[in-house]
Amino acid sequence: MDLSAINPVLLVASLMVAATPLLLAAIGELVVEKSGVLNLGVEGMMIVGAISGFAISVESGSPMLGLLAAVIGGALLSLLFAFLTQFALANQVASGLALTLFGLGLSALMGQSYVGIKPPAMSKLDLPVISDMPVIGPIFFSHDPVLYIGVALIATVWALLKFSRIGLILRAVGENHDAAHALGYNVIKVRLLAIMFGGACAGLGGAYISLIRVPQWTEGMTAGIGWIALALVVFASWKPWRLLLGAYLFGGINVLQLNLQAAGIAIPVEYLAMSPYLITILVLVIMSADKSGAPASLGRTFHASQ
Amino acid sequence: MITLEKRPMPSRLLSIATPVIAVVITMIAGGLLFYALGKSPFEAIRTIFWDPIFGEFAFYYRPQLLVKGAPLILIAIGLSLGFKAGIWNIGAEGQYIIGGICGAGIGLAFYPLNSFLVFPLMILAGAFGGWAWAMIPALLKVKFNTNEILVSLMLVYVAEQVLASMSLGLLKNPEGHGFPGSRNFNDYPSGNSWINEAAGLHWGMAFAFIAVIFAYVLLNRHILGFNIRLTGEASRAARFSGVNPTRLILFCLGSSGALAGLAGLFEISGPSGQVSIDFNVGYGFTAIIVAFLGRLHPIGILLAGLLMALTYIGGEIAQGNLGLPSAAIQVFQGMLLFFLLALDLLTNYRVKVAVKGVT
Amino acid sequence: MTGILLSISGLTKAYPGVVANDDVSFDIGESEVHALLGENGAGKSTLVKMIYGLVKPDSGSMKWKGQPFAPAEPKAARTAGVAMVFQHFSLFDALKVSENVALGMENPPRMRDLAHKIRNVSETYGLPLDPNRTVGDLSAGERQRVEIIRCLLQDPKLLIMDEPTSVLTPQEVDILFATLNRLKAEGTSILYISHKLEEIRKLCDHATILRLGKNVGECIPAETSAREMAELMVGDALQTPMRKNEKTGEAMLEVSGLSLQPSNPYGTTLKNIHFTVHAGEILGLGGVAGNGQDELLAALSGEVSTPQYAIKFKGQDVASLKPNARRTLGILAAPEERLGHAAAPNMSLTENALLTGAIRENLTSNGFVNWPATMSFAKKIITTFDVRTPGPHVAARALSGGNLQKFVVGREVLQRPKVLIVNQPTWGVDAAAAAAIRQALLDLAAEGAAIIVISQDLDELMEISDHFGALNEGRLSEIRSTAGLSIDEIGLMMGGAHGMEAAHVGANA
Repeated sequence: MDLSAINPVLLVASLMVAATPLLLAAIGELVVEKSGVLNLGVEGMMIVGAISGFAISVESGSPMLGLLAAVIGGALLSLLFAFLTQFALANQVASGLALTLFGLGLSALMGQSYVGIKPPAMSKLDLPVISDMPVIGPIFFSHDPVLYIGVALIATVWALLKFSRIGLILRAVGENHDAAHALGYNVIKVRLLAIMFGGACAGLGGAYISLIRVPQWTEGMTAGIGWIALALVVFASWKPWRLLLGAYLFGGINVLQLNLQAAGIAIPVEYLAMSPYLITILVLVIMSADKSGAPASLGRTFHASQ
Repeated sequence: MITLEKRPMPSRLLSIATPVIAVVITMIAGGLLFYALGKSPFEAIRTIFWDPIFGEFAFYYRPQLLVKGAPLILIAIGLSLGFKAGIWNIGAEGQYIIGGICGAGIGLAFYPLNSFLVFPLMILAGAFGGWAWAMIPALLKVKFNTNEILVSLMLVYVAEQVLASMSLGLLKNPEGHGFPGSRNFNDYPSGNSWINEAAGLHWGMAFAFIAVIFAYVLLNRHILGFNIRLTGEASRAARFSGVNPTRLILFCLGSSGALAGLAGLFEISGPSGQVSIDFNVGYGFTAIIVAFLGRLHPIGILLAGLLMALTYIGGEIAQGNLGLPSAAIQVFQGMLLFFLLALDLLTNYRVKVAVKGVT
Repeated sequence: MTGILLSISGLTKAYPGVVANDDVSFDIGESEVHALLGENGAGKSTLVKMIYGLVKPDSGSMKWKGQPFAPAEPKAARTAGVAMVFQHFSLFDALKVSENVALGMENPPRMRDLAHKIRNVSETYGLPLDPNRTVGDLSAGERQRVEIIRCLLQDPKLLIMDEPTSVLTPQEVDILFATLNRLKAEGTSILYISHKLEEIRKLCDHATILRLGKNVGECIPAETSAREMAELMVGDALQTPMRKNEKTGEAMLEVSGLSLQPSNPYGTTLKNIHFTVHAGEILGLGGVAGNGQDELLAALSGEVSTPQYAIKFKGQDVASLKPNARRTLGILAAPEERLGHAAAPNMSLTENALLTGAIRENLTSNGFVNWPATMSFAKKIITTFDVRTPGPHVAARALSGGNLQKFVVGREVLQRPKVLIVNQPTWGVDAAAAAAIRQALLDLAAEGAAIIVISQDLDELMEISDHFGALNEGRLSEIRSTAGLSIDEIGLMMGGAHGMEAAHVGANA
């Protein structure tokens, strides 16, 4: 066992990369849940984003186009969920599960001809002197653009929720959809937009894994990260900055356990691989005591009756 | 403009018709999908739905329907009780795995002893393993109000790791020449779940039928079944009526875990044969579709389970004969759930198309 | 004074199975307080929703200041100058007062300016509000103030108020009336919907009476007696229930020192509640909603656990007993919320009969349900209480409010309770059904049961109770005999005006 082989600076840098897909999917879901909808289909939207992004970026040779395709793909898939829950008034849990199962199957189907192919590389930030500085360079200034977009998204969502009219309306719809409807706000439209935003973010997160983090396509490559994103929203008590913290914590655990595996630590591989999931459960237990941040209408179906 | 108007009472006719309509629409949509993949839609649909029952080799495939259907039905019955009460056990796959490991473990511990006592003990162990794994989310929900969806799901991933560890470590076949996986139960008559392998009958089926009958009686004739339905319909009224939510949660999650564990045991000691890294093929998740397709009704689940089994088997045939990718069947199953959920609203709402422009 | 602000002619609106408004016409003048009278189901809410743009009339027309007026949505009505305070508030508990007000406005000013405006307007009209408080923490009267401020900030010409005093104590009602009179003096007209005749006589200039969707008469309230208005509302001579004054017997339920934390964050804490009910007695507990009624019922029915010795039945401590154990003893309850609490909306009446009747009617054996017996119990309830429904197989949600309430109360009454607690027995129920329910309660008391009636309707409580107490912020006032109790005394028992200031009205007329 050789723990000295683990480089702390690289660890932190790779933790930020590992956290990004989680962060992206989770901030999208946070917005969706703030509007009162529980979308369990995050895993499905992420993996569809992963394959859409991968396929388009291989076909077009441009990773940027791939990312755009991923955003669109995730948003399109989320429309199916929106239709089921907002128009067909279906149960949200069942619909989210249907979305995940469908998404997993669809992505496997779409990805058949892309196994083993290498996608075009995404350029990383390279500022002349700053990126080469020790410690701060690799941690803050040498990442791909999407990572920075992720952090910017968190800041934007936080600001909008706290200070803007759109944010206020979103929160109102999530708190009491009947009252919001009575006041003349179009509850369904607000939720539809929120769901699509969540789909777009999840798609982007998925593509991050297939295009930047790994980068490769394998069936089922998201390996449950969509579910962890859902847990993360609960952990964050629906507050954006706490979500960033949680994503980094989780990313850190994941990266750490991989590094420990590589360093040859004497714990069997399977137990290390289990640890992120067990820790998620622990986190859920601790956070469940504090349900005060949950939007009051979360998970309830809205039907405007005259 | 299309508006939805709530019906004063749920429509019984549509309640039975919607799954049928959903299947038909899925066949059409599936046909389109297959066409897009370059296969003839009619041939594909025929291969998947008709051939296994009535085709040339049906005598071989029909027993397979029961083999694949039994675990789906067994798990789905357990899930349906919880779903009816609004308790979402999404981790049946994990309970299936752990139950299988526990049951198989007991069997392997007794190997090579031949006694009629071995299998019943394996059954008990399998049920216990699944029950215990489901008790984790149950107790966490009861004590800390943790969301059972996420906990049971996380435990699926944990269970998969436990399975990997077991098949490569503790339960590995000492005479297996270094290959991963345990001994094969097909070589162990006392530890085997087959009743008649040629006819495709194993104990899992018997239990599946018993589960269907038991669930039917419970839901329609017993106060516990009434309480389950009531909790799902109106939780405040349930509390008012005196339903103890803790007991209900423990019962629903525990029983679905036990049934899933049983299904895992029967699978390992029969069709699959050994504890190996990939003995689980997603029955725990497909059972969720089966539960909804069967409208959470025991008889419906029986029929839905057989239908799903049909799509599995038909899909395998299509894979071999038509080169249809296996992922296409997964998409097909996902579509089925979608259409079912979308059509479900007709049971409770009337669709009105109004022409705009009065006054 | 003088011109006609809103003129309504021939407005009709029908829904499947019922004509909500049938050719209704009347006028509201400028600077006028106009009452819209009618009992539950008369069509007041639908009419007002048409004025506010929430519902489109099937036929008929409206004129606003002489011009055609047909708002397609509330926004249009608000732009014209119509504002409405609904009976059921559209408020967001987790958000602040200023955020709630902003959500109700078209183009709200910036938060800081808005907070300032809220403080000013609320002080001026005698309804002080702190913009930074969380709405969920406010009392019902204060929450109504938020709704009213929302309207006032938009400078309305017509302010519609739907049953505003159901959430106010008598003293708070006076403050509201002072506010409304000031608005009238400044040129705003008020459309005041209510079924409380004495209030209308005190406040309103003109009244239109609706019955079964039709305009059955107009009058000047000050010149008409309450009885005449009531008869116009109800149509036939009013039946006051017969109260036989029986002597009361042994103490059945003793509540002492009951203090309880609420189970939901915005609930009311019960503080040191004491009372005793005797066999044959009806105890009326009054109070505006949100002062602990739900919490008290949950404590008495066994839905929540209570401290030891706080509740005794015939001397025996029942604190640790759950609802079914209490039912075995004969303690039954009928909660306020018909659909979702007292009954499951999507289940049949037969199944709903099983909900509480399983124990006392012996409907199960060894856990197995005797469905034939359950169905005949349901049928018995339907026949005895004249519940209008095709049969016991019908889902609870298909019944009208009045019929479902008759079923829910009847279900408990037929189980021969020793103690019965009802919360809001005739809320939202038509007059005939309400009278039937009240008579059933009186008959039950005559047979020796101890009854606790929790209600916001003071008239009802005065009519049927022997003793009266008021719930206010989780505390119970002293219990007084109803004979000779004046409305002022009742108001004080209900907590007076909760520290509200009288409006600075008339000071600068």
